[in-house]
Amino acid sequence: MEITRDLKNHKVQLSENAIALVKKICRRFNYEEGELINILHAVQSQFGYLPAEIQELIAKELDISVAKVYGVVTFYSFFTMKPKGKYPISLCMGTACYVRGAENILNEIKRQLNIDEGETTPDGLFSLSSLRCVGACGLAPVLMVGEKVYGRVAQADVRKIISEYKAGCPTHPSKE
Amino acid sequence: MAESYHLLKRADFIFRNENDWEDILTKTIKRTPQDIINELISSELKGRGGAGFPTGLKWKITAEAKSAEKYVICNADEGEPGTFKDREILSRVPYKVLTAMAVCANIIGSKKGIIYLRGEYHSLKEALEKTISEFEYYCKKIKLDFTVEVFMGSGAYICGEETALFESLEGHRGEPRNKPPYPTIKGYMDKPTVINNVETLAHTFTIFKYGAKKFYDLGVQFSRGTKLFSVSGDTPKPGIYELELGMSLQDFVNEFGDGDTKAVQVGGASGFLVPRKKFQETAIGYQGKLTGISLPTGGSMMIYNSSRSMFNVLDNYLEFFREESCGQCTPCRVGCQQLLIGIKAVKRGERPAQYLDKLLKLSETMQITAKCGLGQSVANSFASIVENFREEMIY
Repeated sequence: MEITRDLKNHKVQLSENAIALVKKICRRFNYEEGELINILHAVQSQFGYLPAEIQELIAKELDISVAKVYGVVTFYSFFTMKPKGKYPISLCMGTACYVRGAENILNEIKRQLNIDEGETTPDGLFSLSSLRCVGACGLAPVLMVGEKVYGRVAQADVRKIISEYKAGCPTHPSKE
Repeated sequence: MAESYHLLKRADFIFRNENDWEDILTKTIKRTPQDIINELISSELKGRGGAGFPTGLKWKITAEAKSAEKYVICNADEGEPGTFKDREILSRVPYKVLTAMAVCANIIGSKKGIIYLRGEYHSLKEALEKTISEFEYYCKKIKLDFTVEVFMGSGAYICGEETALFESLEGHRGEPRNKPPYPTIKGYMDKPTVINNVETLAHTFTIFKYGAKKFYDLGVQFSRGTKLFSVSGDTPKPGIYELELGMSLQDFVNEFGDGDTKAVQVGGASGFLVPRKKFQETAIGYQGKLTGISLPTGGSMMIYNSSRSMFNVLDNYLEFFREESCGQCTPCRVGCQQLLIGIKAVKRGERPAQYLDKLLKLSETMQITAKCGLGQSVANSFASIVENFREEMIY
């Protein structure tokens, strides 16, 4: 792992490799301020999230303020400062999904995984977030696991979907 | 008067698979810019994102702007709840959009096009870029200097607003700019920019191929042509339908409702809720209709049957707006929060029913004072729901 998290102090330690990787990405975009969003996407796809330390590093590389980087990170919902689970679950809370019972599905997931929105299960397998309309209203209610879309999900399907991922995951404790 | 409204008529232009985009492109760019602009203006095509600005005029103003650098941007940040038409266009007929962008670029004197693709549509990117490289190859062949880049959005509804979209493209927070200056004069990178919705661009392809008259003959006065509608909610047949503009909402509901339709939200969260008693008098088109109320729409048609609580619907919209307000201007940032807190307080009985009138006033203030379309249009859904379903807000 290239980032070590110190949960007690909410600090992360960036390894040499991690620092080099971030620097490399900044260089790839010519240190251009206008490329900040693309840089953040590229960095997040490497590390899974954007902790404050990484934002500071990017700000330094691009010679812009940390506030500017933080402002962009917090503005767009695709950027996250918390690590996501191996299987990020997102539920569409757009109106079409909402009126077709997305809230019940959300509550069912919360109950099954015992986490709240924006949290990750202790084993790091699942994280839960709600999205605003994924543009699949014809399939409402819609649930996504990573990039995979599940349409017309019923409350009863939730357990099945989750257990599929648990079974398919070699690192899950029950398989060890 | 006679043609001010008509029955629901289906059409099939947008998704018709035309295999001759290369011919259309070659032919169209040989015409004079003035000729093409005149044709677009006479077709009376208006922006299909919902605002309805005449497309021909937009291209004309940008063409006349003096600048060595200009841009053509396709707004594919389709974020209005209940809209999913652009996604279909970009996956099924992307070359139509690209052809239109190239023609536009050629007219206004631009060499660069950008497609701002909604972050949630990441899965479309690969195929789209493949089509683009084929397209660029052809452009090179006919000596047309034009390239297209796909820029991924990062999950912010407000970025569908054109000036917020420019900010986002430039790497900033997607906070709308003041207008004027309009994008036609000062857009992306402060250069003259044509920014069109995906569907608008696809319609121009139809006009290039079949001529303005064909397009103009569809629809009704002030609302010419066809429009894609994303139908969802309580309907036995959700999906995307291309319909002529100007139909009455009653005909729409007869066709798509489940027999128990209570209300239809036209135009997504920023649109209007129409209750059953007003279906007959409401037509779907742009402003300026001769009879009845005419509602412009980005194409989202959400159908609610009698099992739905309108309080929950409004609650969902307001939560959406509170979440998506960029926070830049006070009327929108604070207004969205207060409206949401307010309706909840009334529902719980902590505030008297009359408090709703105060909230209506607040939404009116937002309409007048908010900086951009987001804050201004909160009042649309808020007032239309509270006024038509007041009892559901209280009890």
